[in-house]
Amino acid sequence: MAFQPRSIAQYSEAAVTVDLDKCIAHKGCTVCIDVCPMDILDIDPATGKAYMKRDECWYCLPCQKDCPTGAIQVAIPYLLR
Amino acid sequence: MPNDIKVIESEYDVVVVGGGTAGPMAAIKARERNPGVRVLLIDKAHVKRSGAISMGMDGLNNAVVPGYATPEQYTKEITIANDGIVNQATVYAYAKHSFATIEQLDRWGVKFEKDANGDYAMRKVHHMGTYVLPMPEGHDVKKVLYRQLKRARVEITNRIVATRLLTAADGSVNGVMGFDSRTAEFHVIRAKAVVLACGAAGRLGLPASGYLMGTYENPTNAGDGYAMAYHAGAELANLECYQINPLIKDYNGPACAYVTGPLGGYTANNRGERFIECDYWSGQMMLEFYQELQSGNGPVFLKLDHLAEETIQTIETILHGNERPSRGQFHAGRGTDYRHRMVEMHISEIGFCSGHSASGVYVNERAETTVPGLYSAGDMAAVPHNYMLGAFVYGWFAGVNAAERAAAIDFAPIDAEQVEREKARIFAPLLREHGLPPLQVEYKLRRFVNDYLQPPKVTRKYEIALERFAEIREDLQQLKAADAHELMRCAEVAAILDCAEMAARASLFRTESRWGLYHLRVDHPERNDAEWFCHAHLKKGADGRMSHLKRPVEPYIVPIAEQEKDAYDRLRLNPTTAARAVATA
Repeated sequence: MAFQPRSIAQYSEAAVTVDLDKCIAHKGCTVCIDVCPMDILDIDPATGKAYMKRDECWYCLPCQKDCPTGAIQVAIPYLLR
Repeated sequence: MPNDIKVIESEYDVVVVGGGTAGPMAAIKARERNPGVRVLLIDKAHVKRSGAISMGMDGLNNAVVPGYATPEQYTKEITIANDGIVNQATVYAYAKHSFATIEQLDRWGVKFEKDANGDYAMRKVHHMGTYVLPMPEGHDVKKVLYRQLKRARVEITNRIVATRLLTAADGSVNGVMGFDSRTAEFHVIRAKAVVLACGAAGRLGLPASGYLMGTYENPTNAGDGYAMAYHAGAELANLECYQINPLIKDYNGPACAYVTGPLGGYTANNRGERFIECDYWSGQMMLEFYQELQSGNGPVFLKLDHLAEETIQTIETILHGNERPSRGQFHAGRGTDYRHRMVEMHISEIGFCSGHSASGVYVNERAETTVPGLYSAGDMAAVPHNYMLGAFVYGWFAGVNAAERAAAIDFAPIDAEQVEREKARIFAPLLREHGLPPLQVEYKLRRFVNDYLQPPKVTRKYEIALERFAEIREDLQQLKAADAHELMRCAEVAAILDCAEMAARASLFRTESRWGLYHLRVDHPERNDAEWFCHAHLKKGADGRMSHLKRPVEPYIVPIAEQEKDAYDRLRLNPTTAARAVATA
């Protein structure tokens, strides 16, 4: 067998967290996903709710400010905190 | 070649790329100029919250308001602040249209600070004149623009990553190519005129924190516009006049001396003393800042702890609610209360941005680039120290002139070979089984930018940088994207690399020092007006490589007296003046 290329997944603490009780993404709301300039939020197929999918947050807050139910909290990413 | 990539073809009279500040204004004014013109506005993000002002802005930094300043005074100030290397026609055109643009924004619903008589409440921050107009409720700017876009019936497509412009046989621009960052559909958009309003090249250097997206600029502004203009054959001006800004350390947002200065705050050293007369961002100011940072008096701080409680509350309301609203949270986490502790500052990573310095795509006073059919406005268009209001003004010019061109000409045929070549280039990372992750390539590239390009500039380091960049260019052929989103990051790395190479080559070309820290070449430490009192332009040569041109500085419209020329060189306070300034603060 020749050497096989492999990739390693690295993990990060998500700066954007979602209150699953308040989030109404399962009812069709996509406000936070739409307004994120970096397009890092998505709907978690397991819960139907919004979640932070990519470690590319600019901590700019449109998602938190524009969420109609107050379900989003943005922390300053750990490396800058 | 990926045959299963869906191709979407469309046709618009005017296509505006970038929906932040200048772009929406261009689209609206194109429609106003000629309602028969079909206008498409595309954005990499969502126009509702895109660009440098996604969360709003706390003030106009360069308002030319009758009774406080004249277009002539403003043109003089910017000419001096930029060491004389300006096309005054562009600055003067901005200054003359500045007030009409403020009134337009006011009518649309943007709230500016006014005094009891209803007059604009102007503040002085610049070295010579009074140009700052606060917008304490400026968090609604994007909402105001969005309403006007809808009213003007501008068509909008979000989440499109524009990657290359199409050019006709005569060299003019006749379209835009890009892809959808969610579906990976390939867009080929024919156009009679294109406006590039893609913002600064803000992902050039790596923030000192090491966090890739902890940039000063909105990281969507990765330099795509600079790369597209370059590959379309446009000239770029004075790229070696980098953007470097004084920022809050680690947080990397502006400390905002423009907001706090008029209220009594100032930039101080570790003894709490002023060391510069004027907090307006210029190359010379950044050099003084850098020297203080490196000295025994460093680091540098924003000092507010001497201010009255109500003043501090006002500052908190403005600074924690507009441009970068997560700032309050950052300070709380570090235990920094303006009342008791100064805010530690640092200098930013390098970038291109004419909004703050002078590095941009060349435009004339009609927002025309050197390529017919291509217009540019905002941070990426070379109108020095243009800021947000300049983006609105030049967006206005670009929209009107693009609409006029579109009404006067027919569509030029699309070159199928350009389309196929771009499709192959863009989608290659999706087809690879294995390869390099785009964010890792970007990290390494931007670390090299810091290692070798961050001023003070050393010739040998710049030459090494070019070798490293050539290796990264090879690495681009190994990029692997798992989905459309990662494909966007791959496209961005290529643009960042183009910008990095342009930064290095432009800096090596100008063999003198100018603009304070922005172009401080340690082995060419003197300013050399005899050889270098000129614009230095960069463009893609006939051989496909970067080539350089010297362009004479256009004759001044507003003459500068000999004794005024070095006003910005005298920013450092002498100890006596410093003591007096502290005493009277």
